[in-house]
Amino acid sequence: MTTELKSSGGGQGWLNVLMRSREGSLVLLIAVLTVLTTALNPRFISPQSLKDLMLNVSIIALLVLGQTVIILMRQIDLSISSIVGITAFLSGTLFINYPGIPSVVVVLLSVLAGLLLGAVNAALIAWGKIPALITTLGTLYIFRGANYAWVHGRQVNAVNVPGSFLAIGTSTFAGIPILTWIVLVLLVVFAIGLRQYRVGREFYAIGSNPNAAVLAGINVSRRIATGFVISGAIAGLAGALWLARFGTVDATAAEGIELSVITSTVVGGVAITGGVGTVVGAVLGALLLSVFSSTLVFLRVPSFWQQSFQGAMLLLAIAADAYLAYRHALRLRVKWSHV
Amino acid sequence: MNAPTIELVDIYKSFGSTRVLEGVSLSLFPGEVHSLMGENGAGKSTLVKIVAGLHLSDKGAVRMSGQEVFFRSPSEAQHAGVSVIYQEPTLFRDLSIAENVFMHRQPKTSYGWIDYAEMNRAVSQHLKQLGVSMRPDDPVLGLSIADQQIVEIIKALTFEAKVLIMDEPTAALSLEEVKRLFQVVERLRSKGVALMFVSHRLEEVFSISQRITVMRDGRVVGSGPIGEWTTEEVIRKMVGRSLDALYPKENVEPGEVVLRTRDLRRAGVFKDISFEVRKGEIVGLAGLVGAGRSEVARAIFGIDPLDSGEVLIGDRALSGHTPQTAMAAGIGFVPEDRQQQGLVMEMTVMRNATLTVLREVQRFGLVSQEKEKEIAARWTRRMLLKGHIEEPVNILSGGNQQKVVLAKWLATKPKLLIVDEPTRGVDVGAKSEVHRTLSQLAKEGMAIIMISSDLPEVIGMADRVLVMHEGKLTAELTRSEATEEAIMFAATGQTGRIRDKKAKVAPNGQS
Repeated sequence: MTTELKSSGGGQGWLNVLMRSREGSLVLLIAVLTVLTTALNPRFISPQSLKDLMLNVSIIALLVLGQTVIILMRQIDLSISSIVGITAFLSGTLFINYPGIPSVVVVLLSVLAGLLLGAVNAALIAWGKIPALITTLGTLYIFRGANYAWVHGRQVNAVNVPGSFLAIGTSTFAGIPILTWIVLVLLVVFAIGLRQYRVGREFYAIGSNPNAAVLAGINVSRRIATGFVISGAIAGLAGALWLARFGTVDATAAEGIELSVITSTVVGGVAITGGVGTVVGAVLGALLLSVFSSTLVFLRVPSFWQQSFQGAMLLLAIAADAYLAYRHALRLRVKWSHV
Repeated sequence: MNAPTIELVDIYKSFGSTRVLEGVSLSLFPGEVHSLMGENGAGKSTLVKIVAGLHLSDKGAVRMSGQEVFFRSPSEAQHAGVSVIYQEPTLFRDLSIAENVFMHRQPKTSYGWIDYAEMNRAVSQHLKQLGVSMRPDDPVLGLSIADQQIVEIIKALTFEAKVLIMDEPTAALSLEEVKRLFQVVERLRSKGVALMFVSHRLEEVFSISQRITVMRDGRVVGSGPIGEWTTEEVIRKMVGRSLDALYPKENVEPGEVVLRTRDLRRAGVFKDISFEVRKGEIVGLAGLVGAGRSEVARAIFGIDPLDSGEVLIGDRALSGHTPQTAMAAGIGFVPEDRQQQGLVMEMTVMRNATLTVLREVQRFGLVSQEKEKEIAARWTRRMLLKGHIEEPVNILSGGNQQKVVLAKWLATKPKLLIVDEPTRGVDVGAKSEVHRTLSQLAKEGMAIIMISSDLPEVIGMADRVLVMHEGKLTAELTRSEATEEAIMFAATGQTGRIRDKKAKVAPNGQS
């Protein structure tokens, strides 16, 4: 009467154990890609290229944390790239207008600005009942448009930004960039939050079955609002770090990265239909895509092909999910039929 | 006698202008199973939803241990000790059994993290007590309906429910699963829980309850200890009117064969489905929820693919088999779920009614309003539709919506019309109009397949009844052979005699 699902693989080897979880499969894929590319070009694992890789993936990985919370609830946040753009320029402007302002204050103000912009999304979606796809598509353009108007062709340059702040994006601790450390710490915080706290489990519950969530007494609107505020705050942090990483910010900063973030999250195993996935998987998804595009560079694949490969990766991930779900459903259908 | 655990006193409830409950009073006592019976639309589900905190009553009181209580949400009701188990459990399929049980109130460790070990231990203990072999960390995805109900029951147990209401819990269960559920119910009863059991199956009601209340048209028409009831008495109270008046199928001499199916099979869903339907004939397709009736209909209409077998209209086998080819061959299909599959709720009656015949209402490739109006008016008038054809469908009552769906298919002038649960959620007046129309259509030579869980409807309307059980045809009954007993006998796939010979089977399959 109860279900005893047998693992699809045959033996019990480490490979099977690894392949059974999404995180395991991602680690395996990343390892295979790294080994193959290194075999063709040993410079792939030189300290400099590893550092570049970590720096490249960090800001995407950071945004993936917020997006995971959102997608777990069957929502989506497209507006993050515009929030990153605005808050990156804001951070630079703060350094220019208030020389000597502590970096911590700048980062906090950037987070606060992101949080407020996220709250705009939250209000429209949770209480205005406008679908997230439409709301955040709207605010994606509104925030970016406002940014263009405000920046008005100006630019923040590295000379305007204190060296101590830029060090976040350049210096390392224990061989790992400070920027990456920040992301890793937040990854641990999010992983624990989603696994070990009620509010985290309620994000999953809402995405899994919104009606049942209401029946369980969860305030669904408030939780969804919380998610968009978190996503906004994370984007605000990412804005400050964007400035630290690149030093130069104009009105187009971070344009288009929302799609890379969503792709990474989905490749990382967070179901677009909600309720399934982990932040660790999502961040590994970001890492896989980043390793993959470095691989393409090292293999001298023309850069205009890289986007196509990224898209193919997304479709492959979704196809793999659909195939596994189909196999699972087929097993159940056979199991429950008495025909 | 003990004091009641929960009392409903003089409850009134209306939706819009429709009175659903009119002064209903009911008490549940500790250690008793109280069965609530009644036809579709008698108000049982509304009453359950009021106790569950999903609806507020317009008038009347709910008292627990003498204190008046107000439940504004299901979680308030649960925390007060009232749990409800619905026919289709509402669970988080992506999460584990234990997480489902403790969602929103997970136990915590001393430093504030969720205590998974404690959660699993508590659920595991309940699973063991109920004698069920599931593991607390199994995902809900993949559990059978019966196992999902067990999860709901464990949820109720962890709330230390004093009142447990089960709304048609056995509708989708196999006999084996029903037996296990009743053992669990018996155990809860012996612990002093007050249980309410909503069911249409008289046999089950008589085997587990200590008290029966019958409702009809929003009122209690009879209530008392089990000893005061016979099955005949229950049915008489439930129906309260003669069957013939409601189901006026006129006798028609069947003509040539319109539809023939040969060994239809869809793996894991149904197999060996062979039958015929003749001109002027209404063939009832009966069976329990999940027997595969709707699935067969969907396959005949070309929505779901067949693994093997043939569908013939006249002498011509349908090839390619999509809804388009089925419609071209003269099949119409009125699906079960009006709102999801039958209607575009925001569009007007007129637009909905002509969706199937867009080509006919075109002029120079554009939709002509006049033709649209003309065709829509013709068929909706025939259905005695209340409401204007330029109003959106979503403001109509369930019965009138169903008439629009029927009108939409009648406009295609089908040779064969398949109707799936044509009167589910429809009031009595509209119901008899739907029946009258179907009968009239059959008289004019249409062949009709009627899927229905409403046994009196099947018996009253059908010239012939086909019964399905777990994906197979188990009986073909003529009008004179088709009694409720005979149908339920085949529908439950029983090989032995029904346990309690006195117990007839309930005239309804769902609410």
